[in-house]
Amino acid sequence: MNMTKRKAFGITLYILFLLVPIYWLVNMSFKTNEEILGSLSLWPSNVTFDNYMVIFTDPTWYSGYINSIIYVSMNVVITLLVALPAAYAFSRYRFVGDKHLFFWLLTNRMAPPAVFLLPFFQLYSSVGLFDTHIAVALAHCLFNVPLAVWILEGFMSGVPREIDETAYIDGYSFPRFFVRIFLPMIRSGIGVTAFFAFMFSWVELLLARTLTSVDAKPIAAIMTRTVGATGVDWGVLAAAGVLTILPGLLVIWFVRNHVAKGFALGRV
Amino acid sequence: MIIKTENNKAWWLVLPVFLLVAFSAVIPLMTVVNYSVQDIFDQNNAYFVGADWYREVLRDPRLHDSLLRQFIYSFSVLAIEIPLGIGVALMMPTKGRMGSLCLILLAIPLLIPWNVVGTIWQIFGRADIGLFGWALNALGIDYNYASNTGDAWATVLLMDVWHWTSLVALLCYSGLRAIPEAFYQAAEIDRASKWAVFRYIQLPRLKSVLVIGILLRFMDSFMIYTEPFVLTGGGPGNSTTFLSQTLTKMAIGQFDLGPAAAFSLIYFLIVLLVSWLFFTTITYMDKAK
Repeated sequence: MNMTKRKAFGITLYILFLLVPIYWLVNMSFKTNEEILGSLSLWPSNVTFDNYMVIFTDPTWYSGYINSIIYVSMNVVITLLVALPAAYAFSRYRFVGDKHLFFWLLTNRMAPPAVFLLPFFQLYSSVGLFDTHIAVALAHCLFNVPLAVWILEGFMSGVPREIDETAYIDGYSFPRFFVRIFLPMIRSGIGVTAFFAFMFSWVELLLARTLTSVDAKPIAAIMTRTVGATGVDWGVLAAAGVLTILPGLLVIWFVRNHVAKGFALGRV
Repeated sequence: MIIKTENNKAWWLVLPVFLLVAFSAVIPLMTVVNYSVQDIFDQNNAYFVGADWYREVLRDPRLHDSLLRQFIYSFSVLAIEIPLGIGVALMMPTKGRMGSLCLILLAIPLLIPWNVVGTIWQIFGRADIGLFGWALNALGIDYNYASNTGDAWATVLLMDVWHWTSLVALLCYSGLRAIPEAFYQAAEIDRASKWAVFRYIQLPRLKSVLVIGILLRFMDSFMIYTEPFVLTGGGPGNSTTFLSQTLTKMAIGQFDLGPAAAFSLIYFLIVLLVSWLFFTTITYMDKAK
């Protein structure tokens, strides 16, 4: 009993450590700038929604959220569409160069984004995709597709081969078998992969900022303009920060039952 | 384990991934290689300079400094986050509502955009408006991450621990869940101590997730850019300027394309080399057993 109590105490302490900085941000987002700079208070004395209203009423602010959500969703869809067949191939067949290909895919996860900034900028400008959502979505595939193939391959290897064979004997064609029988069997794996793709695309800023200027500018880049000539608009900055945390919370809520298995990356 | 059959038609299934990644990896990489061996003035004036940029970059003291800082940083991050992550995973409730609640709460820092992570800590650490900075100063500790090198390092490290320990913890948590109950029952019959259970049952079973965790944490901390950039801007002085930031300054700030490209490739190779060494050592140790 003593042991369980100590464990509970430890984990509570750790979670407090995680939540206090976030609480501070939320706290600040409900204060006026005078109160923020005036005195230190643990909760807002006059709760104000002005900071949020600034964001919700100004299109240059809220379009940032829409842009981010558009390119993140595009990225998740593209990642899943290409990674699903590839992961199936890796989990079921041996073919020329399979090991090398797999390793090469993973090395792309190791390339520092800073290395690719300039060439990406030039590449997407030269094909006329600069400042579009699809450019960011494609760029993020660089690190999301290898990860997706890796996770999905783990989940697919858990499905016995006999299922494939039985389906073929029953007269299913490959595409029909894949969509109607195979995909439903690994749907938790697909959910987890979508979660990871969402996560890495949502939090990335360096590439997203470099590949956009106006029309597809992500919220994370728009936030920098709260730093103005008259100082930092702390209240609005905090409110914008709080709003970037919400989509993540929503997504993790949907996959909460599978996420433990997902973090094993399908391999354990 | 599934027995795989030989079939080269499987390439058709892999082709979309291959083309997509080749488009966004091989073309830019070739551009970088191209820059690294030329001196470019404008579109029509470019001269082949061979390995000159590489020589220049390898002798650049700014790079030596930031490379050293980068290694110290990555190793400190690993030394703190891996044991702490294992500890947190061991303390987590195993089932029920509290289990899922812990999972969700732990995952929150991972889902925050990296510059917002920087912003959170920038605010939190300030002595005038941040709880953390204010509390430290109230306790009589002279703390200011913007002017004191030690404080800046401590804050950047603390931020990274706050941000990424959850990843290690969640990886280990899922690894622990995969251990069959029978193992623990056997240990109980043998009257194994807590430490023995950890050392001989849990730790060996965590090996595969820990390999992934260490690799991911090494790669990501080695490429860190946004968070320290927002928090300290690389300062005070150059004390928290890591490799990515030095590189970006060169390529975009000063527009030294040649040296920046040469440096990029060296950077990429270092990450590859360290990851490969680590991975080979682990597989080799496996075989030796």
